[in-house]
Amino acid sequence: MTKIKNPYLPEMATVKEIIQETHNIKTFRVVLNNEQRMKDFKFEPGQVGQLSIFGVGESTFVINSTPTRMDYLQFSVMAAGEVTQRLHALQEGDEIGVRAPLGNWFPYEKMKGKDVVIVGGGIGMAPLRTLLLYMIDNRDDYGKITVIYGARTPQDLSYSYEFEEWAAAKDMNLVLTVDNEAPGWDHKVGLIPNILLEESPSPENTVAVTCGPPIMIKFTLQALKKLGFEDENIYTTLEKRMKCGVGLCGRCNIGSSYVCVDGPVYSFAELQKLPNEL
Amino acid sequence: MAKYLKQDDLGSWLKELGKTYKVIAPVEEGDAVIFRPLTDERTLRIDRQATQGPKGVLFPACEELVSFKYGKDPEKPEKVTVDIQETVDAEPTLIFGSRPCDARGFDVFDNAFTKCSVKDSYYMARREQAVVVSLACTKTETTCFCNWVGGAPDGKGGSDVLLTPITGGYLVESVTDKGAALLDSPLLSEATGEHTAEAEKLLAAARESLREAPDFKCVPEQLYNLFDNMDFWEKQAAKCLSCGACTYLCPTCHCFNITDEQQGNQGSRIRSWDNCMSRLFTEEASGHNPRPTKAHRLKNRVGHKFCYFPDMHEGHIACVGCGRCIKSCPVALDIREVVTAAKECRLPEEETADD
Ligand SMILES: Cc1cc2nc3c(=O)[nH]c(=O)nc-3n(C[C@H](O)[C@H](O)[C@H](O)COP(=O)(O)OP(=O)(O)OC[C@H]3O[C@@H](n4cnc5c(N)ncnc54)[C@H](O)[C@@H]3O)c2cc1C
Ligand code: SF4
Ligand code: SF4
Ligand code: FES
Repeated sequence: MTKIKNPYLPEMATVKEIIQETHNIKTFRVVLNNEQRMKDFKFEPGQVGQLSIFGVGESTFVINSTPTRMDYLQFSVMAAGEVTQRLHALQEGDEIGVRAPLGNWFPYEKMKGKDVVIVGGGIGMAPLRTLLLYMIDNRDDYGKITVIYGARTPQDLSYSYEFEEWAAAKDMNLVLTVDNEAPGWDHKVGLIPNILLEESPSPENTVAVTCGPPIMIKFTLQALKKLGFEDENIYTTLEKRMKCGVGLCGRCNIGSSYVCVDGPVYSFAELQKLPNEL
Repeated sequence: MAKYLKQDDLGSWLKELGKTYKVIAPVEEGDAVIFRPLTDERTLRIDRQATQGPKGVLFPACEELVSFKYGKDPEKPEKVTVDIQETVDAEPTLIFGSRPCDARGFDVFDNAFTKCSVKDSYYMARREQAVVVSLACTKTETTCFCNWVGGAPDGKGGSDVLLTPITGGYLVESVTDKGAALLDSPLLSEATGEHTAEAEKLLAAARESLREAPDFKCVPEQLYNLFDNMDFWEKQAAKCLSCGACTYLCPTCHCFNITDEQQGNQGSRIRSWDNCMSRLFTEEASGHNPRPTKAHRLKNRVGHKFCYFPDMHEGHIACVGCGRCIKSCPVALDIREVVTAAKECRLPEEETADD
């Protein structure tokens, strides 16, 4: 009998570090228990993984670390339902199951030599962080980088301990925004799409990448179109309820495209060709 | 190669095959006819279409994928460890008495589970060890429409051996090498020209008895065109109860769920059939649901079978025309009517263009 790899079998991993990002988001830095597998582990910026709490279930999260820094795999988890709540209860040293890497990734090769605009809202910054760190670590391959990252309040911004590193990168414009004025907040105030219009990055030789709540993506897209971005040069990552993560359970399709295999990264040009079922 | 098997020898042939294979066949269970392991206590029923096809033999309604056990690290008693184990339960299996439509259902499964970037190891392990012996249909039912979707009452796709009931027994034809090995039995004799002629005559009559197949070429494009026309889908889905019976009985439906069960310090990760007619199928943790109404869900079910699946698998339609969804739907929703309506529906733009 031919023995093929079992796509449902998780690998065991250990939580090395937990960071409380916001009141409902925690970041987990995990390492595969099998040292060789950890050494050999390869993934691309934007790919996702399924995290398991055995006895509760699996859920999908972006690997938001970068392949250029392979000390650990990082996942940021917003508490939503059963699995995410149990993930939030983990302690450093606990074991979880990991199935990764799954899905496609940001077209970072095609983006080389271009300016890049990153527009993230809330937990939507997680996948974008991967791409951002990847570009920072390959800084000379990319032109000007603009990052617009917003959340409801200053306390809802993840990765704040890293902002200095991001901002210090060459030719970088880091713009932070929150919905309303807040004590001690000396960055922008206003909704992401408006701040984007205010910053008005040139669409010339530029790729835009956005992720966030559906409503934010919708208005960000309108703003990008207003600025003159072509659908081919705008990318987003989509969320769909997933189970298998490998194109077999039939849950995450948009027409004949399976978000777990053909996505989660899509260009808006690709999305125009799919039935409208977001 | 064609052989002849006497009706009286069928039992002995299955007994003989039972030495090599676990034999699964349609048997009576109350009013239903269901595929189960064939035992002396069970009554074989091959004179009518089984209530449910044999998909569960290769893709069980419920199976354990992984088992897990929580324990303590003897070195560090405060640390909890987890031991996981994959469980694949596959053995040489003979599926006897499926209809040609049911066997073609396995073609759909093969496309979905084995001809993609990641393969389903559980299905493949069972599929490799399975032989399918089908029974051609010499009688058709009003709900049958295999000929509309590329099949036939004597279609061979997905089968290893095809039996045709004739006077006093069966004409036995091998379709694959795997099937040919089964014909190597002293219980079978060489078929005569009379046997084959009779079988051909009966099958021609069966093909003739089906409603003429409409041309479905434009259906995929038309389904895409109708995607945003919710009036159309609401009308089609009006009667639907979202009960999901159509998907559980369908020999091609293959969507599943994965859930965990735990008792004490151990448990199982279970895969079970799921169905896209249920609201929860796509509902996300945020409460957002890309398919919020039954109209959205019927659109996906029909669209998947007649449009998305063919798109992904060289034109193969993921419906074999068995008619079970029509027969067993509590409100008699007829997939033939939905597809025909889609085919004939004129788009609003076309109408205005004509006016
Ligand atoms: C490609 C992708 C990347 C994601 N990346 C992240 C991330 O980096 N950080 C983060 O916090 N969240 C992310 N999510 C969302 C996250 O998967 C859900 O919030 C999570 O599955 C909810 O699980 P739960 O068990 O707590 O919720 P429950 O409501 O108890 O969910 C039950 C089941 O539903 C499924 N499910 C429910 N909601 C969603 C959803 N919105 N998306 C997908 N599956 C869902 C899960 O498979 C889960 O097993 C991502 C989703 C996708 C599809
Ligand atoms: S069997 Fe009929 S009522 Fe039930 S979900 Fe299918 S179409 Fe709807
Ligand atoms: S959709 Fe209906 S007719 Fe087609 S294969 Fe499934 S159950 Fe049979
Ligand atoms: S999550 Fe199973 S097919 Fe995409």
